[in-house]
Amino acid sequence: MLGNVWPLAGIAALSLATLVLGVWGARSARTTSDFLVARQSVREQRNAAAISGEYLSAASFLGIAGLVLKDGVDALWFPIGFAGGYLALMLFVAAPLRRSGAYALPDFAEARLDSLPLRRLSTVLVVLVGWLYLVPQLQAAGRMLTLVGAVPYRTCIAVVGAVLLVTVLSGGIRAVTLVQAFQYWVKLFAITLPAFVLLVVFLVDHPDAQGGMNAPRPAAFDHSTTVRIDADVHLQFRQPVWMTVTDAAEPTDASRPALGSGDVYVQPGEYSVPAGAALRFPAGSPVPVVSDAKADNSTWLNPQQEGGAGLVRTYSIMLATFLGTMGLPHVLVRFYTNPSGYRVRRTILFVLALLGTFYLFPTVFGMLSRLYVPQLLVTGRTDMAVLELPQAVLGNWVGGLLAAVTAAGAFAAFLSTSSGLVVSVASVLTSDVFRGRVRSVRAVSVVATVLPALLALQVSDEDISLSVGMAFALAASTFAPMLVLGVWWRGLTAVGAACGMLSGGSLVLAARVVTAVWNLPSSGVTDLVKQPALVSVPVAFLVAVLVSRATPHRVPSSVRQVMLRMHAPDRLGFMDERAVPAANSSRGGRHHADDS
Amino acid sequence: MSGASRGADWTPRPRGSATPRRKRVVLADRRRTQRGGRTLMELEEQTSVGEVLVQHLVRAQLRSALLLGGTTALAFAALPLAFRLLPELGGIAVLGVRVPWLLLGVVPYPVLVLVGYLSIRAAERNERDFMHLVER
Repeated sequence: MLGNVWPLAGIAALSLATLVLGVWGARSARTTSDFLVARQSVREQRNAAAISGEYLSAASFLGIAGLVLKDGVDALWFPIGFAGGYLALMLFVAAPLRRSGAYALPDFAEARLDSLPLRRLSTVLVVLVGWLYLVPQLQAAGRMLTLVGAVPYRTCIAVVGAVLLVTVLSGGIRAVTLVQAFQYWVKLFAITLPAFVLLVVFLVDHPDAQGGMNAPRPAAFDHSTTVRIDADVHLQFRQPVWMTVTDAAEPTDASRPALGSGDVYVQPGEYSVPAGAALRFPAGSPVPVVSDAKADNSTWLNPQQEGGAGLVRTYSIMLATFLGTMGLPHVLVRFYTNPSGYRVRRTILFVLALLGTFYLFPTVFGMLSRLYVPQLLVTGRTDMAVLELPQAVLGNWVGGLLAAVTAAGAFAAFLSTSSGLVVSVASVLTSDVFRGRVRSVRAVSVVATVLPALLALQVSDEDISLSVGMAFALAASTFAPMLVLGVWWRGLTAVGAACGMLSGGSLVLAARVVTAVWNLPSSGVTDLVKQPALVSVPVAFLVAVLVSRATPHRVPSSVRQVMLRMHAPDRLGFMDERAVPAANSSRGGRHHADDS
Repeated sequence: MSGASRGADWTPRPRGSATPRRKRVVLADRRRTQRGGRTLMELEEQTSVGEVLVQHLVRAQLRSALLLGGTTALAFAALPLAFRLLPELGGIAVLGVRVPWLLLGVVPYPVLVLVGYLSIRAAERNERDFMHLVER
């Protein structure tokens, strides 16, 4: 649709800059421990920028604006939770975790609860959470490249997978600390500049600012528009429309009526539209929307219009994102680059400020998209709003340039989060699964990239923010209980933690399978299946506490020592640096990376 | 850059050697806390006195974390309910932006930074109190 050179040039320039920085930084990443851990001398601010750069994924850059376009003001809970997760991390986990000397989540499980089986369970969950997060990123990048380059989806996945692999192999976290800090500033620039320009253009075009947005009627096409449907959708029409339908095959899904073909007068209701159909709407006609989007502008503009189901969904998202951040594999690893608990707290304060600044802007894109690119509501490709908006608002070269900037930012978002995830998953796999059998983290990185890329070959119609939300829900229902209870409660046992993680995790995974297999209608109960955290997180905590209470004899004998180490102020020097390098060398993790 | 980042603890190691050289990292100068040596020893040897001190610190830290986290969580959790019960909030505009968009799109971020700042202060105050006890 956008098939021109601007966004492609932006993506190419960004990838090249990342690679050059990566190679330049990699000259100093010599040994495996460098490759994994990075030196601890990385300064707080740069580390905070690196943390934010790694954290702002395609779900933040593309997904939030898309979800705002679709769901309106209620979608803003996602960015609040994405940022708020760091506050929970800072309040309950960060400094003690850093002092425990754990590098990754399985290290903490072993150091605190002294149990090898729990370590293995954590390893499995790290890989699951990591891949649940990685696959939507790859899919979004693939869809983006499909849109921009007019290349088949599978080719795009191969390309983004290859770019990701090269980025990871060229450096590792040491180089990536530099690259990630650079990526934060790229993303901030790529979202603020277009947002300001587009907002000014909008205010000049629409001096009456709100442009009738509060009317209880659908968005409207302001000029005659042809929309090509590229995946089967259910469209809801709120008002009758005259339109022209061409190339419509017989819909495979008989649950809703078909539109017919040629010039048709469509009555209000839900219709099934097959892939390949082209719908031509005259100027001024109301926009039909995909079945899960808000059809009326007034329900879009105002919060909590869906009664109890809406509340359940909102609270579930809050719980998942606030507690899920601490359990994401690529988040914790970053704190190891700060030398003390004191520094970790300060770094997170910077992170909160950097994330907060960024998250002000996707909303602007989402709001303007409702006016300028309503056709995305017909195709359901709302995730692409950030990329399409500049050229829809400004049809000239300025719009092209801005589209190049947003495309580069979106690709930066994909690349930084994905490489962080690949490195964390690979490091955990190296030290726990391929113990001593694989000579190099790099070989494992190849596995950790290729497998998710294969999974991403399957086209998904889900919004990226929603699928990433599932990774947050899984992390919140498994690692959050282990971390929070482990840091604050002496009574936690390995059995209790394992039972809590298993029960919470299996609830989320079951919900994930159900939503993937059945197309659920929206109601209170099904919303709980789509966003299971409201049930799974309390269950996980409860089971962990109850089982620990029932097995008091399994409280590890080292608990006093570990509590002292985690909570004693840095100045006393109880922090255990040796815990992890020692653990790594015994697991064959400290091979020379340049052996490969 | 690479020179500066390799601190004094970095020792070059022959390429391909089978066992990496073990290195000793000294993180704090224990001599400086000589004054409080006895209490520090109690901490290290985990006597009942040291145990009580640590438990006291953990409780204090947990209390301030729960207080700040709980207040923030309650404030955020009240918003959807307020929007549900008082729909007229949606009609009010401040500076041309509707209140719900302002409350969800802009206000939370400075609030998060503020709470983060307060939590650092609280945590460090608790640690200072603990140090006073130890160095007594």
